Amino acid sequence: MLEDIRSELGDTTRAPASQRTRTAEVLKRARESHKPVEVTIDGNTIEVPFGATILDAAQQLGIRIPTLCYHEDLCLAGVCRVCVVEIEGQRTLQAACSYPITVPIKVQTHSPKVRRARRHIIDLLLGSHYGECYTCSRNNYCELQRLAAEYGVDCFRFGHLSEPRFEIDQSSHALVRDMNKCVLCRRCIRTCIDLQEVGVLEAIGRGNRTKIATFMDKPLAEVICINCGQCINRCPTGALRANDPTDEVWQAIDNPKKHVVIQTAPSPRAAIGECFGLEPGHAVTFEMNTALRRCGFDRIFDTNFAADLTIIEEGAELLMRLKRALVDKDESVALPQFTSCSPGWVKYIEHFYPEYLDHVSSAKSPQQMFGAVIKTYYAQLNGLDPKDIVTVALMPCSAKKFECNRPEMCASGHKDIDFGLTTRELAKMIREAGIDLLGMPKSDFDDPFGTATGSGVIFGTTGGVMEAAIRTVVELVTGHKGEDLFEHAEVIPVRGFEGVRYAELPIADVGPVPELVAHLFDDWDWLKGVTLKMGVCHGTANAKKVMEDIKSGGKFSQCHFIEFMACPGGCLGGGGQPGPTSPEIRAARAKAIYAEDRAYTVRKSHENPAIVQLYKQFLTDGPCGQKSHHLLHTHYMARGKYIE
Amino acid sequence: MTHAMKTGSLTFDTVESGTGLDAALAGTGAEVLRTIKSSGLRGRGGAGFPTSLKWKLAAEAEGDRKYVVCNADEGEPGTFKDRVILADHADLIFEGMTIAAWVIGARYGIVYLRAEYTYLRPHLEAVLARQREQKLLGENISGKKGFSFDIQIRMGAGSYVCGEETALIESLEGQRGEPRNRPPVPIDTGYLDHPTIVNNVETFAWVVCIMAKGAKWFSSFGTEKSTGHKLFSVSGDCDRPGVYEFPLGISVAELLDEVGGQEAKAVQVGGAAGLCVPESQFDRTIAYEDIPTGGSIIVFGPDRDMLDVAENFLEFFIDESCGQCTPCREGVPKLLEGVNMLKRGECSMAYLEELCSLGETLQLASKCGLGQMAPNAFLSIVEHFQDEILGRTAG
Ligand SMILES: Cc1cc2nc3c(=O)[nH]c(=O)nc-3n(C[C@H](O)[C@H](O)[C@H](O)COP(=O)(O)O)c2cc1C
Ligand code: SF4
Ligand code: SF4
Ligand code: SF4
Ligand code: SF4
Ligand code: FES
Repeated sequence: MLEDIRSELGDTTRAPASQRTRTAEVLKRARESHKPVEVTIDGNTIEVPFGATILDAAQQLGIRIPTLCYHEDLCLAGVCRVCVVEIEGQRTLQAACSYPITVPIKVQTHSPKVRRARRHIIDLLLGSHYGECYTCSRNNYCELQRLAAEYGVDCFRFGHLSEPRFEIDQSSHALVRDMNKCVLCRRCIRTCIDLQEVGVLEAIGRGNRTKIATFMDKPLAEVICINCGQCINRCPTGALRANDPTDEVWQAIDNPKKHVVIQTAPSPRAAIGECFGLEPGHAVTFEMNTALRRCGFDRIFDTNFAADLTIIEEGAELLMRLKRALVDKDESVALPQFTSCSPGWVKYIEHFYPEYLDHVSSAKSPQQMFGAVIKTYYAQLNGLDPKDIVTVALMPCSAKKFECNRPEMCASGHKDIDFGLTTRELAKMIREAGIDLLGMPKSDFDDPFGTATGSGVIFGTTGGVMEAAIRTVVELVTGHKGEDLFEHAEVIPVRGFEGVRYAELPIADVGPVPELVAHLFDDWDWLKGVTLKMGVCHGTANAKKVMEDIKSGGKFSQCHFIEFMACPGGCLGGGGQPGPTSPEIRAARAKAIYAEDRAYTVRKSHENPAIVQLYKQFLTDGPCGQKSHHLLHTHYMARGKYIE
Repeated sequence: MTHAMKTGSLTFDTVESGTGLDAALAGTGAEVLRTIKSSGLRGRGGAGFPTSLKWKLAAEAEGDRKYVVCNADEGEPGTFKDRVILADHADLIFEGMTIAAWVIGARYGIVYLRAEYTYLRPHLEAVLARQREQKLLGENISGKKGFSFDIQIRMGAGSYVCGEETALIESLEGQRGEPRNRPPVPIDTGYLDHPTIVNNVETFAWVVCIMAKGAKWFSSFGTEKSTGHKLFSVSGDCDRPGVYEFPLGISVAELLDEVGGQEAKAVQVGGAAGLCVPESQFDRTIAYEDIPTGGSIIVFGPDRDMLDVAENFLEFFIDESCGQCTPCREGVPKLLEGVNMLKRGECSMAYLEELCSLGETLQLASKCGLGQMAPNAFLSIVEHFQDEILGRTAG
């Protein structure tokens, strides 16, 4: 059966990084030959592995040391100095986040010197900060604000700016950068360079003229930013935020002439509870439906419907490519086929590997497919003029805001999607409407697109698209129920959080061609004995590894299908999700998503009755037919790395 | 006070090229280390770290590739003694680096040359070429089988902080020149993560002298903890500015006598990062145990406004801070603001105290030496020149 070969390409979303690897490599070598070390913090003694940081040790002891530039997902910077502590016998204070313990030491985390230094540092940060909390997107969950509160800042000891120093960069559809609120913690740089390996942001200038900037300090819309929003998720302040369309969405809701439809993706429902005080890992799908109705949306649909549609279209496209390669022996066919549902990934490949664009599935992402279906099929069904329909997409993602503004995304004559809303922004709308999300009664999605399958749900996590595709393809081709092949039809080997994964699926026998794709294939005999090879990766740093492997003719060049997600963890870790983010939080969200998948009765995309209906009534020439090609497929743009 | 030597009659003029290396290669690396240790040589770049200890740790560090880096970034205001050595005694520097390579087992050496010294590069390349011809560099140096070492010159890009050894290494690796977190230190994780020693130009030159003339000769000068001679760059309000060689342990007053600066009301020892010594303390000595220095001496005559002096230094640090850590980036400008307030007579005693306390935080909490030393001049001027700086009126 499905063989699980973990990739040798490395298994981490933590890309090689300036400071961390440098420390880590040496420590790894040293750890083998060194015994654990004793450390005493505020009088409590424990043993820690050689090279553990003071911060690690303090956490083990339950001692809180404040931090600002430190982030679990990122390499160490040691720049804000908020975490300084006193080590007995050392002249200067040391940054707890980046000081490795290699000999027994005695540490004080709140000696007079430490307290004074921390207070000074916080005062200094506030002294060069321009922004007002009540008008700030981060109000109430800003790390700078929290520090100021914790340290009892009651005046601006070293003054306060009364004028902004920088113009706000609003050029991007996805992100807004307000450097007046930046504390130069450089998390965004480390995110973009080390975690995502895109490299849009760097520090420029020296001294107090230092600032975070793009190449040649251009507006964000004019550089190679892929809009993944990972930097937003890790920014401790309101300096980075998503481009927020809630005012326009409210306007549409308030306009009686407009029929406002919202589709909600799988990941926001697994995370929005966090904005209302729930522990990560609790989906509030049905409470959220009621809240959306009370906000005034006319219809609430499940993006999972469109995810199922994507699986069918993308799966059919894959089978067609395979047939051309295996039966017609057409060497020009681009394999492996790459997924296209992550707009961050799509922009990444447009910039960094434009020569591989023919590998990207032409199928639109679920968000866009849904928009196209709503403005055509749904409009027809309900006798609505598509220009009176406003389509809103609730997404965990900032790149979706860019995607819905791509000029090619309006095949119906109207923008597929008018507004992309992030999880955080919806939470704001719900609060604004005075709705207590967690106290809402439960209610279902609206018909006709309310029915979805679990396969759509798991799109939200890394490996989900692949798993859904496997379920569908296996059944289409073999005629066996997925349940016969995998327990609960759960394709465990493609699950998990390893950055790059690889799996094989030998097709031992084939069944008859089901009606849905009978216009494309006469039989499956040509697939008999073929071993499907698949790859999964998440985070563009890992995408880069896979692409480089393909370029050098490695294992992934032999794959048939590869799932790419721009964000670490997949959509559940998207740039529109609530902060903070960490590996644990992402894992908890994944658990919630898999649990929801199990709860569905229909779990395979091609069994979704709404989908079957859509092909019967509207897309009558079937998957990958003319109609679907016009509405549900798209093309890409070779952008390259060098922008004029 | 003996042995004041001006440019043109330095000890370095008396050592013949190759003699130090011959002496070193006659013994093992461990023997060389013992010699340097008993000479008591400490780094001439400013911090005064014992050279033999640095080299010993690097020799013991695990790694098949090691690097010897010469710090020729000389960026401290008022320092120009390395320039003289580079111009007149490059052969000694390279020879010292070769001895270091012998001790720690390095194959590659790099000279990180200050951008402003680009004009010296052809000369340095010519010396390197000559040494290669003489088999003082290259494969099987001086006929010693298996001992190979060569040196490359790399240019700095004009930033003071790149003289800090870890920022220097970042810069060599093609990154923004910003100091690294330490530990780890370069001796185990340096250039490209390989064990690396970074030493000042002058340190290498003295190693050659020690190997040629003996540890006893060297340690017969200076004090117990600060042995030997050192070069000084003397500038400011004195009759005879220039590069001098003095034994360590010289008092400020003696030094002023030699350079014709008896009128001085204060002397900045150690450049912008150093201490501002008032007349009342001119009997203090220049030595690692008292006032340490990389060699910069700036003399301030009676007419100098000490607030101008502080302003000048602080502006320098604001320009040169790499900007990565909060205390240095945001704190030094606050000190400068304070100086300007003092000038206008607008700084309350309470705020001045706050600023001094902030200065202490900068010394303690900054990430690298730059931010740690940036408040020194400010703090010593506030401490020693209260009468002069307080109670001014605007205009
Ligand atoms: C901000 C800063 C600038 C420095 N600039 C120099 C320099 O220009 N030349 C130098 O030799 N050392 C400089 N140093 C000291 C070096 O970090 C390092 O200690 C020295 O090169 C070691 O050599 P030594 O042991 O031979 O003195 C600087 C240190 C700091 C903190
Ligand atoms: S970034 Fe934080 S401290 Fe600044 S205005 Fe926003 S909430 Fe307030
Ligand atoms: S959105 Fe993504 S690509 Fe753009 S700057 Fe942020 S991390 Fe980099
Ligand atoms: S934009 Fe945000 S993440 Fe980036 S340096 Fe500024 S405060 Fe830090
Ligand atoms: S102290 Fe100054 S120069 Fe040093 S790391 Fe901090 S900001 Fe950079
Ligand atoms: S959290 Fe340690 S220096 Fe910023």
